[in-house]
Amino acid sequence: MNSDNRFEAFQQYIDSEEKIEPKDWMPDEYRLHNIRQISQHAHSEVIGMQPEGNWITRAPSLRAKKILLAKIQDEGGHGLYLYSAAETLGITRDELIEQLHSGKAKYSSVFNYPTLNWADIGAIGWLVDGAAVTNQLSLRRTSYGPYSRAMMRICNEESFHQRQGYEIMAKMATGTPEQHAMAQSAIDRWWWPALMMFGPHDNDSPRTSNGLRWKIKRAGNDELRQRFIDKTVPQAEVIGLKIPDPRLRWNEETQHYEIGPINWDEFHRVVRGEGPCNSQRMAHHKHWHAEGAWVREAAAAYAARHNTNPVRV
Amino acid sequence: MPHTTNTQGPLWEVFTQKKSGQPFTHAGSVHAFDKEMAIENARDLYTRRGEATGLWVVPAEAIVAVQPDEAAPFFDPSDDKIYRYPTFYEVPEGAKNI
Ligand SMILES: [Fe+2]
Ligand SMILES: [Fe+2]
Repeated sequence: MNSDNRFEAFQQYIDSEEKIEPKDWMPDEYRLHNIRQISQHAHSEVIGMQPEGNWITRAPSLRAKKILLAKIQDEGGHGLYLYSAAETLGITRDELIEQLHSGKAKYSSVFNYPTLNWADIGAIGWLVDGAAVTNQLSLRRTSYGPYSRAMMRICNEESFHQRQGYEIMAKMATGTPEQHAMAQSAIDRWWWPALMMFGPHDNDSPRTSNGLRWKIKRAGNDELRQRFIDKTVPQAEVIGLKIPDPRLRWNEETQHYEIGPINWDEFHRVVRGEGPCNSQRMAHHKHWHAEGAWVREAAAAYAARHNTNPVRV
Repeated sequence: MPHTTNTQGPLWEVFTQKKSGQPFTHAGSVHAFDKEMAIENARDLYTRRGEATGLWVVPAEAIVAVQPDEAAPFFDPSDDKIYRYPTFYEVPEGAKNI
């Protein structure tokens, strides 16, 4: 097969909804696009543990603390599923971490905001996990097999994340006036960053078209954002919280909510590294990665001495 | 100990994928002397009726398994965490899609 035919056959294979597996031939750009997207997704899961971790020692009850620990443990697990999926494409874990530390690889900018009060933990579960899962439900149909299977696992596990967040918000919103104010403050601060998680408008998003053509992404940023808005606005109404958008309105004709303009300057500022917690998040990850170096070295030294090579045929 | 020679080559565990994109599941095993022979033997033995869209063979020696009598205490730590399930949570009346 000459190379043009090869690309064409690959595209046809994708178009017929077949999935690509690690040992299949694939164009380099398809491989790189997946590595970039999956690793960004993995880094987001891992960095996303930090804003929630901030509240483990201050959770208001043992019940809340156990739930939060279990939730954060899941996020760490999600990071590991995704790193493993990325590694099937021929990149090592060390390279992936190196790309995070050098800034070459990104993570979701939403995790560069601080968690100021307990209701922020509710807002993260409800809005940030809610937005993430909207995207992830769609990604279950992504064309790369290992990524798709990781998404299935993650979506199943996510089912409690959003609920525990919504439960916190509902309790606080219907609690004392002070608790209600904390809940409102949390949604005021997290609503817009959650909407930005879907990325720029499709017209301004350079990579969306390749991703859609190869079915790595299955829906555009704006469509996913709209899905999230449509299901979340009524949930806010049920618990008596206001969406911080004076231009928000229901459009009877389209049967969708319409929102005011998103502050893309802020989005790009945070992506560039100028958000409130960017440097703290990265410094924390680098510090604890370095602190763990002796464990990796000891394990490698032990394996070398005892010749525990796991696979030999 | 009586000495027996192995004339069959090492054992390989076989995993088939029934539909594109689905997880690979264990089908059985084959003997073979190298990777190529292993995958061909696995094809001939486990996919004669179009059962598979994908096929993996893995050296059986590379598989690590939990012993049945160890399984209960091994998996025990995750048994009492009912808050990992969505049904644990109270959802206010009228809330949908959550
Ligand atoms: Fe997650
Ligand atoms: Fe989550």
